[in-house]
Formats: sequence, C-alpha cells, structure tokens
Amino acid sequence: MTRAAKTSRHANRHANPLLRLDLQRWRMRLVMTLIFGGFAALTVRAAYLQAWQTDFLSDQGDKRMNRVIPIPAHRGMVLDRRGEPLAISTPVESLWVNPREARPDAVQVQSLAGLLQTDPDPLARLFADDARTFVYLKRQMPPDVARSCLALGIKGLYAIPEFRRYYPAGEVMAQVVGLTNIEDAGLEGLEFAYNTWLAGEAGMKRVIRDRKGNVVEELDLLRLPKPGNDLYLSFNLQIQYLAYRELSEAVRENRARAGSVVVLDARTGEILALANLPSYNPNNRATLSAERARNRAATDAFEPGSTMKPFLMAAALDAGVVTPETRIDTGPGYYYIGDKRITDVHPKGVLTAAESIQVSSNVVAARIAMDLKAEDYWRLLTHAGFGKPPGAGLPGEAGGRLRPYNTWRPIEKATMSFGHGLSVSLLQLARAYAAFANDGVMPPLTVLKRREAVIGQRVMSEKAARQVREMLEMVTQNEGTAPQARVMGYRVAGKTGTAHKLVGGAYAPNKYIASFVGMAPASNPRLVVAVMIDEPSEKRYYGGLVAGPVFSRVMGGALRLMALPPDAPMDAETAPNSAAPVIGEAA
Amino acid sequence: MLVKRLLKRGVAHLDPPLAGLLGLLLLLSLATVYSASGGDPDKVLAHLTNMGVALTALFLASHIPPQRLMQFALPAYAVGLLLLVAVELVGDVVNGAQRWLNLGVTRIQPSELMRLAVPLMIAWYLHHKQEILRPLDHAVAIGLLLVPVALIIHQPDLGTALLIATSGFFVIYLGGLSWRVLAGAAALLVLAAPFAWHLLHGYQRQRILTMLDPSSDPLGAGYHIIQSTIAVGSGGVAGKGWMNGTQTHLDFLPERTTDFIFAVYSEEFGLIGNFLLLLLYGAIIFRGLVLAAGAPTLFGRLMSASLVLTFFIYAFVNMGMVSGILPVVGVPLPLVSYGGTSMVTVLFGFGIVMSVATHKKLVKT
Repeated sequence: MTRAAKTSRHANRHANPLLRLDLQRWRMRLVMTLIFGGFAALTVRAAYLQAWQTDFLSDQGDKRMNRVIPIPAHRGMVLDRRGEPLAISTPVESLWVNPREARPDAVQVQSLAGLLQTDPDPLARLFADDARTFVYLKRQMPPDVARSCLALGIKGLYAIPEFRRYYPAGEVMAQVVGLTNIEDAGLEGLEFAYNTWLAGEAGMKRVIRDRKGNVVEELDLLRLPKPGNDLYLSFNLQIQYLAYRELSEAVRENRARAGSVVVLDARTGEILALANLPSYNPNNRATLSAERARNRAATDAFEPGSTMKPFLMAAALDAGVVTPETRIDTGPGYYYIGDKRITDVHPKGVLTAAESIQVSSNVVAARIAMDLKAEDYWRLLTHAGFGKPPGAGLPGEAGGRLRPYNTWRPIEKATMSFGHGLSVSLLQLARAYAAFANDGVMPPLTVLKRREAVIGQRVMSEKAARQVREMLEMVTQNEGTAPQARVMGYRVAGKTGTAHKLVGGAYAPNKYIASFVGMAPASNPRLVVAVMIDEPSEKRYYGGLVAGPVFSRVMGGALRLMALPPDAPMDAETAPNSAAPVIGEAA
Repeated sequence: MLVKRLLKRGVAHLDPPLAGLLGLLLLLSLATVYSASGGDPDKVLAHLTNMGVALTALFLASHIPPQRLMQFALPAYAVGLLLLVAVELVGDVVNGAQRWLNLGVTRIQPSELMRLAVPLMIAWYLHHKQEILRPLDHAVAIGLLLVPVALIIHQPDLGTALLIATSGFFVIYLGGLSWRVLAGAAALLVLAAPFAWHLLHGYQRQRILTMLDPSSDPLGAGYHIIQSTIAVGSGGVAGKGWMNGTQTHLDFLPERTTDFIFAVYSEEFGLIGNFLLLLLYGAIIFRGLVLAAGAPTLFGRLMSASLVLTFFIYAFVNMGMVSGILPVVGVPLPLVSYGGTSMVTVLFGFGIVMSVATHKKLVKT
C-alpha cells in the first residue's frame, strides 16, 4: 500500500502518462470492487426478499388488501297475532367520510349540507380535520338521499348499507316491542329478549380493499347472510290500540303519574294487550327516557290492596273456614289485632262472606285471615304465581314480594288478607285472576302466539273458583264498589283495589294506586283485564271510580273485537257506563 | 447530402453503446412510470416531455468541448456557493429545512446546481495543479468540497450533502489522494461515528433506527419501508406482470412514481427483472468508466469518472433504500423515477462523459 501511495505521488509529480495509467488502474480496481460489492449486496437482498421471503411478504401483502367484511343480515319482523307489523327493518345507507382524503370545494360542501340538512360550517371543519380517517356524516339515511350525496363526486365520501328499524305502532306498544340500537342489536323489550331469534346471522365476504378502504373487487362470498326469523306475538294490535287509548284518556283525566293495562286470554295465557303510560315514540328517540321505556306492568311491583281479597276468600273456602253464606260481624267498623286497628271506610254491620267481597270489607278479610292457617293462604298465593316472575318472556319481569308464611306475624297475616305487606306486578295479578276465570286453573303466561293447548296450574278447587267468581260479579252490581266496570250485554266479575302508596317505607296519606281486575263474560270467562292507575290526582282515587271505567271500555271493546257472545240481557240499568262512556260520570 | 452531413456531425459526439444502454433504461422507465401512475396519460406525457428535455441536454452537453466546460468551473462554483450562502441567510423554510431561494419569479434549490458544480470545480482545480500536485493542493481540494457540503448539511439536507460529498470525494480520490490521508480519514470516520450520531437531527436518527427495525413504527416512519419491502418481496422470482402489481395499484405503496419506483418495478418484474435492471445499470457504469479511463486529460478523466460513480451511488442508495438495506434518503432512482430535475442533471452529466470521450481526437491536449 505504501508502495502504491509512493507511486501515486511520484506519478502525479511527473505527469508520466504511463505511470498515471497504472495509478488509475489501481484506483479504478478499488472503485470497481466497490461497485461490484454494491450490486452484489442489492442482488443478495433482492434474492432474499423475492425468493426466500416471498411467501411471507406476499402473505403480508394479501393481508393488507384482502379483507373479510360482514354483510348485514335482515332482522326479522315483529308481528301481532294477525300479522300486523310491529317492527320492520328497511334498508338504509350510512354516509361516512375520510377527511384526510376528502378535498371538497365550497360548492360541494354547500350542496352536501343541503342534502344532509345541516350547517355547512361544521361540515367544512370536519372535512378539514386531517387527523381523522373515519367519521360518520349521517347514519341510516334513505338510500336515495345517500345516492344524491355520493353523486356530488366528493372524493373520500362513502356509503355503507345498513338496516333501520321502524315501529309502525309507535308509542302504543313501545315498552313491549322495545327497540334496537343503531347497530341493529336489541336494547329493550322483546327486541332485546328475542334478539338472537330476530337478528339472524351476518354473512361474510372476502374483498380486495385499497389503502383507503375502498372495496375494489369482491373476491368471494364466504357465507350468505342468514336473515332473522319473524316473531309472532300473542298481542292483538286492535285491542292494544284500544287499551292504550283508554289508558291515556284516564291518565290525563285523573292527572295520574302513570298507568298500565293488561288484557289476557284467560284460556291460553296469551297476553293480548299490554299498555303503559308514560310512553315514548321508538321511531324518534328524543322522548326516550328510563321512566318512559319501563314496562311498568311487568317490571314494577306494588302493594295491590283489595284486589288480593278474592285469593284469601278462595283459600278460606278451600280450607272450609267459610262458605259464601257465612255471616261475619264487622262490629263498629274496626277490629283490633293486638294494638293495631283494622278499619273499613264505612261501618257495614253484619255481612256474609260474599257481601264482604262486594263491598270490600277489610274487617271481614282480617277476621277470616285470623281463622285461616297462614300456610293455606301462602300456598294458594304461591300457586297463583306471586313471589316469583311470571315468565311471560318479557325482560325484567318482577316477582314481587311474598315472605314465607312461617315469618308472618298475626298483624301481617291480617294486612296481607287485604293486599298490604306483599307486592305484585300488574301482570302477575292479571294472570292469577285467570284462575278464577278458568275454574281454578291458571294458564302459563306468554307474549308469543300459542299454537297448541297448554296445561295450567291448579290454584284452587273448581268449586271455590266458581263461588269467588259469583262474589266478584256482585262487585259490579249497584251495591258493589264498581258498577262503573259493567259492560253492556255482558256479565262482568272483578274486584277493585285502592291502596295507599308506600313512599320511603311508610304509607303516604294522599297517594294512591287505584286498580281494577276483572273478567268477562262472567258465565264463561274468556278475557281478563287488569287496570292500574298510579297516583290519580283529581280528588277521585277509588279503584272503582278511577280504574273501573277504563276496564269497562277496554273489556267491552275487546269482547266485541273477539266477537264473544253476550251473556246478559241488555237494559239501561245494568249498563250505565257502556251506554254513555264518560269518565267521572259514575262519581 | 447536406442533411446527411449535418446528421453525421450531430451524432458525432454521441457514444453509440452508452446512448443505446441509456435508451433501453429510458424505455424501461417509461413502462414502469406508466404502470406506477395507473396509466395516467398526463403523467406519462409529462414524463416523455422530461425525457425529451433531458435528451436535448445530453445532446448539447456532448457538444461542449471539455476546455469550454473547464471555463465554467470557477464561475459555476462561485455562483453556487454564493447562492448557498444566500439560502443560509434569506432562504425559504419548507418542511423545516431551509433549502430554497426565492428569486421573486421562481424558487430554486442551489444544492441541485452544486451536484455538477462541485465535481467540476475540483476536477478543474486538480487538473491545473497536476504538474506539481502537493498535499497542500489536496487540502485545498478537500476545502473546496467541504465548504458547500457543510452549508448544505446545515440546511439541513443530509442526503444531498452526502451525495455531493461522494461525488467530490471520487474526484479527489481518483486525482491521487494519498493513501495515508485516505486511511487516516477512514479511521477518523470510524472513530467519529458515535459522536456523529449525536450531531444528527432527530428525524435523521429516526430514519436509521427505522431501517434497522421498520416494525418499531409501522404506521409512521416505518410505513414506507415496510410497504416497499412487501411490494418487492411479493413480486417473487417472476414478478406479477406489468400493470399487475397489487401493492402499487391499490395505493399501498407511497411515492410510487418517484423515490419508490424500484418497488413497483420489482413487484411487477420480480427477481429476474431486478437482475436485468442491475445488469443494465452495471453496463452503463462500466461503459461510462471505460470512456472516462480513455479520456485524454486529467480533468476529463476525473470529471467523467466522478459523474459515472455518482450515478452508481444514486442508483445504489435508491435501490438499497427501497429494499431496506439503507435508511430512507430522498433520492430518486436515476433515469427511472418520474421527475425532470434529476433526469436532466443525470443525462447532462452523461453528455459531458460523451463529450470528454469524443473530443479527444478533435482537440489537442
């Protein structure tokens, strides 16, 4: 090397062409080696990537462009028992934008804002936000509007197909049908409870997508979307409309806080109608709140009051403690158990067991309860389904509170005889009344249309059921607590309930729950209707006055809609309400 | 007859083998840019226009006698240096680097001028001192090189600075720089490397780290290199075929008509295509060096060899970057990438190489 360097200096100094050539050859050779080395390195690298690693890298490449994307499945319809739609899915488009890619001009932004019915300024700001690559502009818009938006030719603006749920019955059935979220999954009500049945299965397809996520080519269909199943409900939309209309009328007239109506087919246990107030419009969720979305009839347990007396009576009849004719003295209108006083609103003197139901005597109920073994009453209540959720298929059904009989103190046994110290939901109460309607056998509840006969649960003897039913029919006579519940042309059996509300563990003096549960035609009952009005505030609060007229109209309408033959002679005296259905007239 | 004579005189300064090889490379470039741009007619037309301009530059350069070129050396270098100083003082800052000079009408990047001016100046200087070339002369030559390089590093534009330094170094090296100085400099470089790391800007360090492990930042700094490696590798031995590169056409590959065009080519033409491309580059470089070695003057030899070696460095750095063995430097693949400046500069350089080779018989030395 030193020799070469010496030669080099020497050569330059003397500018000898021959030596210079020699020198250049040396230096050139090194340069050529460098070039060769460089190209060799590139060749080795290329061979490594393209021959050795090619499978891995091809796979990596495929992963970047091959994607499996879901195909949304059509969600099944929810229908009433006659096929009226209650929830339908329609195809819609959701518009999204990649702001990093989109460079719309002012005119395009203006037109887009017009189509979306929004302000152009925030829209322009959104387009300018290059930090984001995926922003929904509007979800679930009509397909033709989405197509118009895409036709503006803005780069980076895309639409994805989705389904939107519409609820034709709106607020009338809102709490029962429930609703889905924007991802088409059930959130509330039957949409939630039967989500798997309704949802179906999304399909899958393999596509080629470019870096911006555009689908360039669809490669193959991996799985067809499996559409969801339709759900046929036990409900009759006509009866439902009727129930909702009458309930909202009553809630408004009585300035009540809330209210519920349940209509059951007493034979099959099918729920024909279930209305709640306050309600909301599931198609416009602006009014949606927990208060309005709650299916009160199923999820809220309350102290029922006198509507429990028929169950005590049935237990007492079956235990042989009383007969319908047993005479019981109500004394001065009150009765002491220990130092607790049970009172009637008006002193009644001596009453038969049947009359005590007709006028709803607390004293008689308490005295019968004192003669009855707690276990007998408890067993009947348990068989009637109190204390556990009724299992109709609605989400969040309440079971109510029914303590084991061996923990009952005497005063508790007495108050439970007229429906305090235990709690029930309106749905439970309606179902238990089906036992009276059905000669002692209570059918299992369902929200779905029944296709075959069911075996019910015997709650009481056939004889006791008939006897109690006769007593309940007396309630709607002029001497009873609820002549307002009568239906023209039909014999009606039922019971009023007027309960002080429990507020913070104590009974509020001026807050009531007024209720009426009954059945018709009483000669061979087919329907059970239960009405509950929460906190009526227009001075009336008795079950007969507040809930009775609602019952009358809902029951009357339902009987006619189902074309059930009348079983009572038509005359003005027996049907004052149906002839002139004005709420409050009976007061 | 007249036309024939004119034609003959016209092509007299072209070197047919080199011209043929360059033509082949340009055809390849046309095909690749066509595919990389997705057949965009505007882009292809612009590319063809660039080629026309660049070939004219080559033709003109081949007619400039080396003596005339030498006269340009000092003024070009001086102007370039002045402009670099001006950039330092009043240059526009674009993307955090002060590289551009605003002349009111247009903006220029003086470092581009220095790509040719620096080797020209050093070759000229060494040519003049060749009768008695002393270590001091080499020191001056090194000084002539380091001043513009330092200015460009300061902009900062490390990639261009290194490439200019390389082209100047080739001139000095071939001009007979002492082996001792070479060895000393090499040793110094090795020793200085750890300190140089601290002198680098954050983004420059990041680029080197990214090359060593692209997956450390797959969506940021590593994205380019990961995507280009995938494109190259998925080409396989035979390639996916012209216009069929999925990584390219689905937009996964960044800068695909310019700095990363090698990935497009590799994906579509595969390992076999790469062999051919390297062979073509090798042949051009070899022919260029043969012409340089045959030059009658020291200036001609130094200038030609430096231009050819710089061409090699550009090609090597670009392909090395795209295939992931060198850090990302903004260098186009010479004569293949889309872009007028680079193409004109490179073909103008080859024009000089041809001029040096063909003027030996016509001009006495």
